[in-house]
Amino acid sequence: MKVTQISIFLENTGGRIAEATSILAKADINIRAMSLADTTDFGVLRLIVSDVDKAETALKAQGFTVGKTNVVAVQVEDKPGGLNAILQILAQADINVEYIYALLKEGHNAVMIFRFDNTDNALKVLEANNIKIFKGEDVYSF
Amino acid sequence: MIFNIDFETLPREALAAIQLKRLKATLEKVYATVPFYKNKFDEAGFSPSGLKTLADLERVPFTTKQDLRDNYPYGMFAVPMANVVRIHASSGTTGSPTVVGYTARDIETWAELMARALSAGGAGRRDIIHNAYGYGLFTGGLGVHYGAEKLGASVIPVSGGNTKRQIVIMKDFGPTILTATPSYTLHLAEVAKEMGVSFKDLSFKFGIFGAEPWSENMRGELEEALNIKAVDIYGLSEVMGPGVAIECYEAQNGLHIFEDHFIPEIIDPVTGKALPYGETGELVFTSITKEAFPVIRYRTRDITSLSTEPCICGRTHVRMKRVSGRSDDMLIIRGVNVFPSQIESVLMKTEEVEPHYQLVVDRVDNLDTLTVKVEVSESLFSDEIKILQGLEAKLSHDIKEYLGVSAKVKLVEPKSIARSEGKAVRVIDNRKI
Ligand SMILES: [Zn+2]
Repeated sequence: MKVTQISIFLENTGGRIAEATSILAKADINIRAMSLADTTDFGVLRLIVSDVDKAETALKAQGFTVGKTNVVAVQVEDKPGGLNAILQILAQADINVEYIYALLKEGHNAVMIFRFDNTDNALKVLEANNIKIFKGEDVYSF
Repeated sequence: MIFNIDFETLPREALAAIQLKRLKATLEKVYATVPFYKNKFDEAGFSPSGLKTLADLERVPFTTKQDLRDNYPYGMFAVPMANVVRIHASSGTTGSPTVVGYTARDIETWAELMARALSAGGAGRRDIIHNAYGYGLFTGGLGVHYGAEKLGASVIPVSGGNTKRQIVIMKDFGPTILTATPSYTLHLAEVAKEMGVSFKDLSFKFGIFGAEPWSENMRGELEEALNIKAVDIYGLSEVMGPGVAIECYEAQNGLHIFEDHFIPEIIDPVTGKALPYGETGELVFTSITKEAFPVIRYRTRDITSLSTEPCICGRTHVRMKRVSGRSDDMLIIRGVNVFPSQIESVLMKTEEVEPHYQLVVDRVDNLDTLTVKVEVSESLFSDEIKILQGLEAKLSHDIKEYLGVSAKVKLVEPKSIARSEGKAVRVIDNRKI
């Protein structure tokens, strides 16, 4: 039930994001979700894409450092407190969330990407609480 | 096996006594026969008869590569040409080449030391040595060759080049010891692979590699690719050629310098002051048995340290660390001597990979600042910012602790550090001094 996220290292976030996205466009890869984390010195661009292997190859060929991480795509009710409910469940189970970003909306629900320090434990807790989790294939081809 | 058990395991006091006797004779000889040394000694107010202890060697002036060039081709020879039986020369990438000569006894000494070295590196009489060091003006090929014969091993004088034929010879002749430069060996491994030959099916047990700088990392690579034990050999034509120092295969931890023939010292490359054992600095050699081309306090520019710690192999001769850099590359930052190689070892300790890095030195408000750029490889990379920042902080802390100098570590994208002929440009010094 894990989703593979690719991340790339950016020295200067300015023009380099556009370079990365244009490499993906040329390789005919769709970007499903994207999040940028940066410091004054460098940034990390995290992506959910339609074809992980192809994206990795294309970016590496152009000299990017590419990492792959397991993340979890979680359905969040699109109403006040929707995200909070999930975070409370995780907090009670003592599960750390490293970061979250939005994937897309599906009707009355949003899908969000969660990065946990312990993905397997997180999955167990979310499943035990009947929270909907999406498979990788579903997310890549939404 | 120890080739010359009497000399290689001499108690250190006895070794020092031999050194002093031989050093005195050498200094007197060069003073009488080489005008360069006579002038140098006179200028420094040093008289060979004034040398009473080994510590007095500190009073003797240094000899540099430039001195050898200035005396091109035969000005440094201490015997008439009639007594010289061999001439070698080192390539002159900058300036004239340096020419070295050997008497018959020098060739005999060199063969003995190379036999000791091969033996320390795992070779014996029954071994077949595939000698891929170049034969010619370069000392590598012939140096190993004479040592192999002295040892009584069978030597294949294959020299460098014609790599495909070398692979065929390796398959058909069954050599057990490989002597070559590490970079050529990696090339051999690649070509063998292309030809469908696996080193694992060959008979090699040991590789004795040298004549160029290489790293612990490369040792791992060579040992893995060739299925052998790889040992480091050190030498330079100015001092003799290969066989000045050798790692023993038992310890693979530092190279024993044949101290009954050479006196090594470590000096501060800036002040020229001799440093105690254990400290890192420039390696200096004095030859004490050579006839045709003695060298007195010759500055190698190689950076290393010396240790007299007893070795498990039984040899008592001092061990030098693998050469980690050249003193020409040294930077002085806020009064601290910094070698790029020291930064490299800090980086390697953390990640166990050979990183691409660059030192950028600036002067801001009359204060030197050091920035260490490190290319982010896949093994360093993380999707989490805090881990990357933690890495920067850790490296910066380690550099401070190890080198005593504050540095800002900055992660940069792969291939963003300028390369010159494939090699990263290690230092950019923006200070206008
Ligand atoms: Zn040893």
